[in-house]
Amino acid sequence: MDLSTTYLGLKLANPFVPSASPLSHNVDTAKRLEDAGAAAIIMYSLFEEQIATDEDNLDHLMHRQDIGHGEAHSYLPVHEAYKTRLEDYLENLSSLKAALSIPVIASLNGSSIGGWVEHGKHLQEAGADALELNVYYIAADIEQEGVAVEDRYVSILRELKRHVSVPINMKLSPQFSSVGHLVKQLEAAGVNGVSLFNRFYQPDIDLATLQVTPTLKLSSSAESLLAMRWIAILFGRVGISLAATGGVHTSQDAIKILLAGADVVHMCSALLVHGPERLSEVLDGLRMWMEENEYDSVEQLKGSVSQIHAENPAAFERANYMKVLESFEPPASVWR
Amino acid sequence: MSQSRKVTIEGNEAAASVAHKTNEVIAIYPITPSSTMGEMADAWSDQSRENLWGAVPEVIEMQSEAGAAGTVHGALQTGALTTTFTSSQGLLLMIPNMYKIAGELTSSVIHVAARSLAAQALSIFGDHSDVMAVRQTGFSLLSSNNVQEVMDFALIAQRATLESRVPIAHFFDGFRTSHEVNEAEEISDDMMRALLPDELIRAHRERGLSPDAPVLRGTSQNPDVYFQGRESVNPYYEAMPDIVQAAMDQFAELTGRQYGLFEYEGAKDAERVLIIMGSGADAVEETVEHLTARGEKVGLVKVRLYRPFAPDRLLATIPSTAIRIAVLDRSKEPGSDGEPLYKDVVTAIAEHISAGGSHFAAMPRIVGGRYGLSSKEFTPGMIKAVFDELNSEAPKNHFTIGIHDDVSHTSLDWDAGFRVDAGKGVTKCMFFGLGSDGTVSANKNSIKIIGEGTDLYAQGYFVYDSKKAGAVTISHLRFGENPIRSPYLIGDDEAHFVACHQPVFLERYDMLDHAEEGGVFLLNSPHDPDKAWGQLPRRMQQQIIDKKLEFYVIDAYQVAKESGMGRRINTVMQTCFFAISGILERDAAIAKIKQAVEATYGKKGKSIVEKNFAAIDAALSHLHKVETPAKATSGFEMMPPVTGNAPDFVKRITGEIIAGRGDGLPVSAIPVDGTWPLGTAAFEKRNLALEIPVWDEDLCIHCGKCPFVCPHAAIRSKVFSTEAAENAPETFKHVPVKGKEFEAGMQISYQVAPEDCTGCGLCVEICPAHDKSNVSHKALNMAPQPALREAERENWDFFLNLPEYDRDQIRWNGMKGAMIAEPLFEFSGACVGCGETPYIKLATQLFGDRMIVANATGCSSIYGGNLPTTPYAANAEGRGPAWNNSLFEDNAEFGLGFRLAIDKQADYGRALLARMEAQVGGQLVRELIEADQSDEPGIHGQRRRVAELKGILKGIDSVDARNLESVSDRLVKQSVWIIGGDGWAYDIGFGGVDHVMASGRDVNILVLDTEVYSNTGGQMSKATPTGAIAKFAAGGKPVAKKDMARIAMAYGHVYVTQVAFGSKDVLTLRAFMEAESYPGPSLIIAYSPCIAHGVDLSHCIRQQDLAVNSGHVNLMRYDPRRADKGLNPLQLDSKKPTIPFKEFAETETRFSMLWRTHPQQAARLMTKAQNEIDERHHQLQQLSAMSYEKLAQEGEE
Repeated sequence: MDLSTTYLGLKLANPFVPSASPLSHNVDTAKRLEDAGAAAIIMYSLFEEQIATDEDNLDHLMHRQDIGHGEAHSYLPVHEAYKTRLEDYLENLSSLKAALSIPVIASLNGSSIGGWVEHGKHLQEAGADALELNVYYIAADIEQEGVAVEDRYVSILRELKRHVSVPINMKLSPQFSSVGHLVKQLEAAGVNGVSLFNRFYQPDIDLATLQVTPTLKLSSSAESLLAMRWIAILFGRVGISLAATGGVHTSQDAIKILLAGADVVHMCSALLVHGPERLSEVLDGLRMWMEENEYDSVEQLKGSVSQIHAENPAAFERANYMKVLESFEPPASVWR
Repeated sequence: MSQSRKVTIEGNEAAASVAHKTNEVIAIYPITPSSTMGEMADAWSDQSRENLWGAVPEVIEMQSEAGAAGTVHGALQTGALTTTFTSSQGLLLMIPNMYKIAGELTSSVIHVAARSLAAQALSIFGDHSDVMAVRQTGFSLLSSNNVQEVMDFALIAQRATLESRVPIAHFFDGFRTSHEVNEAEEISDDMMRALLPDELIRAHRERGLSPDAPVLRGTSQNPDVYFQGRESVNPYYEAMPDIVQAAMDQFAELTGRQYGLFEYEGAKDAERVLIIMGSGADAVEETVEHLTARGEKVGLVKVRLYRPFAPDRLLATIPSTAIRIAVLDRSKEPGSDGEPLYKDVVTAIAEHISAGGSHFAAMPRIVGGRYGLSSKEFTPGMIKAVFDELNSEAPKNHFTIGIHDDVSHTSLDWDAGFRVDAGKGVTKCMFFGLGSDGTVSANKNSIKIIGEGTDLYAQGYFVYDSKKAGAVTISHLRFGENPIRSPYLIGDDEAHFVACHQPVFLERYDMLDHAEEGGVFLLNSPHDPDKAWGQLPRRMQQQIIDKKLEFYVIDAYQVAKESGMGRRINTVMQTCFFAISGILERDAAIAKIKQAVEATYGKKGKSIVEKNFAAIDAALSHLHKVETPAKATSGFEMMPPVTGNAPDFVKRITGEIIAGRGDGLPVSAIPVDGTWPLGTAAFEKRNLALEIPVWDEDLCIHCGKCPFVCPHAAIRSKVFSTEAAENAPETFKHVPVKGKEFEAGMQISYQVAPEDCTGCGLCVEICPAHDKSNVSHKALNMAPQPALREAERENWDFFLNLPEYDRDQIRWNGMKGAMIAEPLFEFSGACVGCGETPYIKLATQLFGDRMIVANATGCSSIYGGNLPTTPYAANAEGRGPAWNNSLFEDNAEFGLGFRLAIDKQADYGRALLARMEAQVGGQLVRELIEADQSDEPGIHGQRRRVAELKGILKGIDSVDARNLESVSDRLVKQSVWIIGGDGWAYDIGFGGVDHVMASGRDVNILVLDTEVYSNTGGQMSKATPTGAIAKFAAGGKPVAKKDMARIAMAYGHVYVTQVAFGSKDVLTLRAFMEAESYPGPSLIIAYSPCIAHGVDLSHCIRQQDLAVNSGHVNLMRYDPRRADKGLNPLQLDSKKPTIPFKEFAETETRFSMLWRTHPQQAARLMTKAQNEIDERHHQLQQLSAMSYEKLAQEGEE
């Protein structure tokens, strides 16, 4: 049975690629992921804000500790070995490359059109096989038009492409009025693949303090259906790699997504909860299902239930919405 | 031999760089101005920098200088090359060991940044009082005069001590040399190795103790042999001068720099000669060159090797033509007939002549003088005055130079305008900046750019403030084609370039007094160039016109903001300096700044580089030359330094010090015994805040939290009658007070002191009252100060004049009640958002009118008692905290002394009362003796009785009556407070704290726990927690914070509490009340966020919450009185931690930086810290849950 797939031009042994998470922070857990069958690994994200904060901190430590008092020039000693998170990241990337035989995809995360994008070059130099570009942008300015938001994604991609030659994948938010059209624009701008979808930290209100605090909850299987829909819609309509991220916990989740047309399936929450070894269980599940259903290869099943191939293409569109609502029964405790 | 290179460094770095290369063990303890030597050594070792022999020196911080000296002694006795760095009282603490080290002929060099000793006052600045106090120890004393010499002598001393076996204290002037930035030729490793042959080092090692070749040292000797033993070392001391000179000669062969034990400069046939050591010698040399060039027969002898003193070599150095000699000492020995160097010179010459020596035709007339105490300026004008005095018929002896002594008339007059040739062709620049605006850093950077990047020479010296919030720095920079010595400040009419980095200084400092004719004045001004002229005070305008200054302005804040630099103006101002000072060609200068920026940040800070470049480019386009009108048009003058209502003393003396004119005050103006008036901070309106809080009286719930957290007592509440507010200014706000704490109909006001507020915003942060429809609007909201200043100033004055609420009626158990008490600690110079001062202020609100404070040296003694102004204040009755600072190490003992004296005097008073019962009246005597003073009414009752007693005593004519009068105030309960930081309580003063607790006496020990030595720059103490980075713990502290509370609790009779005011305010209030009421020793460990934690102190409250919620701080109270009632004395006020330690640690750079420098260590220490927290909380929980019922019952049986 051939589980291999092609993603961002990289030939992978199977379609399971753990997404950016703390599991890639050290070589040991990364190795466990590889041993569990990961076909490639996406490193944790290097954030634009981290780079900027580090630079500010460094500047402060080196040059702005003065308080103007004769007894104290400064307070915190600055060690020569002071490493910014960028340097740390590059070092970790090199170690992962040295320790693993699977491709390592580095992840850059930011939203402004600025100098941080240039660091893609350093990631490439440190051995990244590809880059994931995660534009984590909230269009909070209500004067800003949707097209300007899309332009930002395209511009950042173009800027990154000026600095690197390795393939680039973009991780997208679901909050676009026309996801498919954006993907087409990105394709035109040279992207090699997209991952659908990014999960945002959500602000929450602390009722004790009335302060707004960020939260991030782990995903659940139900969320994978969002990515599945859009991959199904895009499959066969764009010429770039498609990846699903968010909510893939079981082999069933993964299989559905492959049927919808994904080249790879990303996993994160399930691995954080159950450990890297969960990946081999899911992989086994895929293998068993393929055996049971007599598929020879992943390529064969990929996209077989995409919108262009599905028996009922409309099911991926609005009709689907109506149907779900009608079938929803409230729990008994809810007064209606 | 490898080439040496030119480096631009401070004196401390020059010493430390050689010491670190040439030692194996370095035992250190922080003390200004030597701390940076230890810090650098520690940092280098942490970076695995090797010494000459390929080993990384072991650097260890000790609990005191006494501890450091003991460790040095031990390491030396075990054969390691060992050193330490110290100053002032630190050196004094080393004296016992110095005798031992010298007595055992142990090779060692210690490096001393010489500093004043605390006498009538502490001073961190430079003179030779400390080194003069160790001249009898047997240590050799070697003096270096400038940065280059510091480096050179550090090595020469190392060679000489190894060869001679006599230990050496190598010293240089604190601040003037230790902190001066200047250029030096670096000594290469090869040169050092050539001067330190291995056989000498092996010989030292072989003298070390070892069980493989055992010997015994440190015996006790009896009258039969001790004396002989003491004399046995004479040959070593006799040989020492030749050995040092030989080392100097060999050094000269290697480097080309030749030194002598005594060195002569000047006319070969000099008749008048000055003898001096230290940095002052360089100033004398400049003056001698100037005078001899004009034909004067003057000369100078520089003393290098002061001990062992070599009279023959001294004699050989002084020209035989000398007929008048002045010996200058940078120290003072009250009651002596001359200072040490003077007496040594007199003795040397007298011995020579009395023994028939013929060096001089006749005995020269020798006079001694004192100069430069506590870094007092020592200028060519002063030196010329000394030479002139030698010309007079009867030159004054035991004179002083540099002050105006109108009391003992010791001082010589001098011409402040006298200048020497050495200043010609040197470009002098002065910069007035804020401590926090990066001016000093930028200037150091400019010196490096010029010093290391061009053929020019550069010198920098920085004058700092004694305040921490809003500190002013004045940078003095010199640039020239020849090496620059000039160890004195830039004088009046000398500066080619004067820059004012903060427009607020315009009305405060006479900056342009320094400008030379035709010079350049650069002002950072938010106004358009055409408006800038109008912003200058009249005097300044006139100076610009008279001196024909070129006047430039730039809106540096705007440029910084637009280039993404925030409020960091240093690069902008530096660029302007290079662009218009003319020191370098403009384009070349800009290119060099950019190179420096790139070299500094490199790959690590790409966007910082971009921002800096943007700022540099924008600076040039925003720099404007202002056309100077022909006439001064300004309608305003400089601001007076203190308010108009200040008392005469404050106007005449404090005001002059604030205005920077303290040097001009005569001796008679200064109190003779170090006694200064209270409450003078209130007269210095510093106007630091850009924004101040505005009270929304409709939202306020009168909780009292804002005055509680204010570090500067700049927001207060008062409760008063409606009638009292009848004539209130129009904008004065007051409303009927809510709640049952006060009688109906009373009014309350929350008022800010607009010109004393520092704008930290803590009051707004703590304010719990939100607008229900807009949570960002609170009962306090920050608003720009300038628009509010006038009205609020009037309101503040009105508020102050409202009557204080009757303390007998205050309900002290809650914040609302207690916080209307008047603080007697206000407007200190502590940092904006300081985490310590709210505790002190609280204590003064509760007990200030009967409080006596022993204050350990440290931040709290600096913001508490550093001139010019004093934050401790008295109330309307004239009562307030009496305060003194003894030393760093002895504070607990010092405070215990207060207690003993007060108790003894009260005992004596009671005995006299008993004796005078018939005359005073039985009932009054009984009431006075038996008074219950456990609360405010009780104390006030006793005060009334004491007043009555005094009235009766007035009418009695007896010795007892007079004596009782003089002790009667002690019959009122007086509250002894022993205050200091963790460096004192956990480390240097721990033995005293422990002993005072064990004494059982009624004292209150308040430990302001910042978990580092805050005042000296954040060095590790035993309160530093696991995983925190601090100086001397650059790799993160590997062991847990000492649990002082548990140690104190172990006594059983000590009231112990741990508090964090920002986390639980009422608990803090209660703990203070309980501690003070406890009739035995109380220990309050007060968690105090500090800038040394690497947090912005606008988050002072949040950080305390995080510290408590994570279990880093356990709030607890241990009250021994509870055990008597069958209750567990320990109340654990902290709940189980609700957040992991890491969540707290990530918010403070002291912890988070470890991930950036030592990631594996960080991970390990974070886990360790968490385990320690879990364990500690668990144990406290167990302890607090124990039943004491049975114990109490057994006690009753």
